[in-house]
Amino acid sequence: MISNFKQALNSGKFVVTSEIGPPKGTNIEQMLHHIDLLKNRVDALNVTDHQSSVMRFPSIGGCLAIKEKGGEPILQVTCRDRNRLALQAELLLAHTRNVRNVLCLTGDAVPVGDHKEAKGIFDLDSVQLLRTIRQMETGKDSGGNDLNGAVEFCAGAIVTPEANPIEPQLIKFEKKVEAGAEFFQTQAIYDLDKFAKFMQYARQFPVKILAGIVLLSSARMAKYMTDNVPGINVPQDLIDELAGAPKGGAIRKGIEIAGRMVAALKKDSICDGVHIMAINREEVVPEILALAGL
Amino acid sequence: MKSITRQKPFSEVVQLLDRFDRVYIIGCGTCATMARTGGRDEVLEMKNRLQETGKLVTGWTVIPTACDEMTEAAARENEGAIKNANCSLVMACALGVHRVNSYLNNKAVIPALDTLFIGMEDSPGNFYEACAQCGQCVLGETAGICPLTACNKGLLNGPCGGTNNGKCEVDKEKDCAFTLIYQRLKEQGRLDLMRKYHPPKNYQVVPRPRIINLG
Repeated sequence: MISNFKQALNSGKFVVTSEIGPPKGTNIEQMLHHIDLLKNRVDALNVTDHQSSVMRFPSIGGCLAIKEKGGEPILQVTCRDRNRLALQAELLLAHTRNVRNVLCLTGDAVPVGDHKEAKGIFDLDSVQLLRTIRQMETGKDSGGNDLNGAVEFCAGAIVTPEANPIEPQLIKFEKKVEAGAEFFQTQAIYDLDKFAKFMQYARQFPVKILAGIVLLSSARMAKYMTDNVPGINVPQDLIDELAGAPKGGAIRKGIEIAGRMVAALKKDSICDGVHIMAINREEVVPEILALAGL
Repeated sequence: MKSITRQKPFSEVVQLLDRFDRVYIIGCGTCATMARTGGRDEVLEMKNRLQETGKLVTGWTVIPTACDEMTEAAARENEGAIKNANCSLVMACALGVHRVNSYLNNKAVIPALDTLFIGMEDSPGNFYEACAQCGQCVLGETAGICPLTACNKGLLNGPCGGTNNGKCEVDKEKDCAFTLIYQRLKEQGRLDLMRKYHPPKNYQVVPRPRIINLG
């Protein structure tokens, strides 16, 4: 069974994914609301896995909620919290519940989160996790033992097109491709010319690339991300544009910028789609898509 | 090899010694002296502080290398004072604690230090972790920089997305292991090694408890 998301990737259409962040606690109302809002507007919805190493409701739980509502989930799996047994067990569960898309991530470091004294596992890394999935598809687990029922996934990974230095990141990107990644969602990009150059390089590989679009909510937030978030560089003219917005209107400007970028990426077929991360402002994603003509 | 140690908070030492009123103190003349955690000065300071809390310190010594068999000779030499105490407080790394423990079966041995890592001194007083003793050395393919210890996540197949301008996501003062590995492999004309796939690590090279019999 080919997942709906994989069918979308293969269809040649401009693919749109977005993201759901599960709550810290058992009140899942807002998460369910966001799923309702987005499930029919995008091709698939990622569910983050203890994002920023902060303990939350699990990714697989969010994916099951999306399935129950008829949406298409992408299970984010990090290597931070589980060893190879637990990772594979989760993949078995996901497969049986028809969660058939997986995004393989190393995971943020433990000390950046809210359980700073916890043990970081990293028994596998993202490349090894991708290979484990491909091995499980052949009916063997990562220990070489027979599975009673194999898995099947559309597996992807992430890449940071503006990392500095870039070459080690690109070497790892190629290792992920060799390990069987079919799609990539990128770190947030803002400089379309630079991104187009990255795409020239990436086009030589048989993978689909979805450009990461992170909603800018203010000039301050844009500057903070540039200074603090690895691989994110918001060009000064965008920061100026946000700063020039009327009081209280920066968020509207951010939505406009995101919509404009998505439209430009689509118009020039720079990449295969976008992954929109609105970070706690999921309700504006439909607006961004409408502005982009999607 | 240097065993890098840090003194436990004095309050913890006091708590560990709660049930003992007579204490013998043992320091180490090698690693703990260099790390300024269990040399002569630190042992004497500990003696004074314990006396201030009302403990009787029956004696003290700094064994040249607390982890080797000289510890036995030192234990014999100081037998009287050790017997007179109801515990020994060891200001050495865990190896020293183990060694002392093996000679003083009927007396409690209490560590005053926490053993942090196996490290090297790259500038005076600055130690970095050099080896995680993983049992499967990768240094031959990583330009002599160990990703198990120099990368917060112990990754093998390249940098995570958290690296920024050659620094680590956990601490902007710390170098990203894979930026260093990349630069040095490039200098050495061996960058192809970075493209090599490293399979999941074998964490059972010698399963715990780790014991090897060379006999």
